[in-house]
Amino acid sequence: MEKTIEIKDLYKSFGSLDVLLGVNLDVYENENVVVLGRSGTGKSVLIKIIAGLLSPDLGQVKVFGQSVPDLDKKELNALRLKIGFSFQNSALYDSMTVRENLEFPLVRNIKNMTRAEIDKAVEEVIDGVGLKKTLDQMPSELSGGQRKRIGIARTLIMNPKIMLYDEPTAGLDPITCQEINELMNEVKERYRTSSIIITHDLTCAKETGDRVAVLFDGKFKYQGTFEEVFSNADPRIRSFYDYNFIESKLQD
Amino acid sequence: MSREATKPVFSEKIDDWLLGFYNAFEFVKLVFKEAFSGDFEFNEFVRQCYHIGLRSLPLISLTGFVTGFVFTKQSRPSLMEFGATSWLPSLVTIAIVRALAPLVTSLICSGKIGSGIGAELGSMKVTEQIDAMEVSAVNPIRYLVVTRVLASTITIPILSFYCALVALAGCFLNVAVNEGTNLFAFFEKGFDSIIFLDVITAVIKAVSFGFTIGMIGCYKGFNASNGTQGVGKAANSSVVLSMFLIFIEEIFIVQVTNWFR
Repeated sequence: MEKTIEIKDLYKSFGSLDVLLGVNLDVYENENVVVLGRSGTGKSVLIKIIAGLLSPDLGQVKVFGQSVPDLDKKELNALRLKIGFSFQNSALYDSMTVRENLEFPLVRNIKNMTRAEIDKAVEEVIDGVGLKKTLDQMPSELSGGQRKRIGIARTLIMNPKIMLYDEPTAGLDPITCQEINELMNEVKERYRTSSIIITHDLTCAKETGDRVAVLFDGKFKYQGTFEEVFSNADPRIRSFYDYNFIESKLQD
Repeated sequence: MSREATKPVFSEKIDDWLLGFYNAFEFVKLVFKEAFSGDFEFNEFVRQCYHIGLRSLPLISLTGFVTGFVFTKQSRPSLMEFGATSWLPSLVTIAIVRALAPLVTSLICSGKIGSGIGAELGSMKVTEQIDAMEVSAVNPIRYLVVTRVLASTITIPILSFYCALVALAGCFLNVAVNEGTNLFAFFEKGFDSIIFLDVITAVIKAVSFGFTIGMIGCYKGFNASNGTQGVGKAANSSVVLSMFLIFIEEIFIVQVTNWFR
């Protein structure tokens, strides 16, 4: 299988705060990689570097063989059309309706589309996330789970080849979490995407991840299947697992 | 691979101030570059003109009318001492056209529009909406900033012109009631006393004030951080900084145009 994302010896600091200290990660075609780690360990920074929103201090970040930090603006935008980014708080444009949110990247990146073609594309993605009734609503009228789904739909309208999910299940109830997990798996199958899923929800990691990578001290200390990683005796991994286990029991 | 914290060259505050100045300069450069490249977001520009221009009309009407009316009323006693109340239309027209209309309009707009732009973009920044635009290959500077700066640069001169008309109406009402001057005589006296340079100066002022309000609001909004507190700070500093710059520009433009009188 071909590599879609290659990260080699990636370093990133903010002033005197070191966040990523030599991260290595490869993501393959049609693979979901879950990145686990405590808050503030640089998980979101990693995917922002992949999307070209932040630049690395050192190291190599390649997407489809192109080195992201070396691309000029035009090349970066062309690459971004293949990348979908689902933000932690959905980042829906709150002055626009759901329909306008979905159309926004489409009409600006694909010229000369007819009204019928735009409507067809919008209906296709909104059907995919099962929220057709919300098309004319404002983002403020939607629930947290609906906002997440619309955020994902907005990225899917450009037919991306890579999906970057930033805490897709954060702040949602267990049933909605389950729906979002199913949606991410559906997206992988239907759009044949490679994904990086940033989370600290182990249920999400187990259900969506083909591979799990755990970020500790600015590095991926453990990578493998969910079972491989969590059979590890490292007390930090165990405590992570135990905490999530207690939390899910409490939610039940 | 830790990076050492850089030591301040002067003091931290002066360093921050200089860095802020440099960043603002780079931001303005970027806005100009984006304004002349790529597609123009015409619909967003029209929407901004509506928000900035049309929705400010009631406030400008009230402020302009009160300014003209009160200015006339306050000037009368001084002119009365010299038996020169017939000069009121000239005096007030000169004051309104040369200084008051662009200044009052811009100060009102920096409070209403500058804070609005700063808060709106600041909120978009902290909720990652601007990042979302960027990752979907849409240029946020072109979509959000160019449209707002252009809209405020165009609408504030129009609002200033409107403010001058309403202020003159306020002045006329006062003069008509007290001195019994008719409309034709009022405008004849008023407009006889202003020259082309006065009008040009007023237009230059209004354009530069409009540009300043739009640009400062966008710059502060784009650089907002630290959640809701940052949004409030962006809105607040947009107003303070744009008002400060408006007064500096006023002094500068008056000095320069006076050389041509």
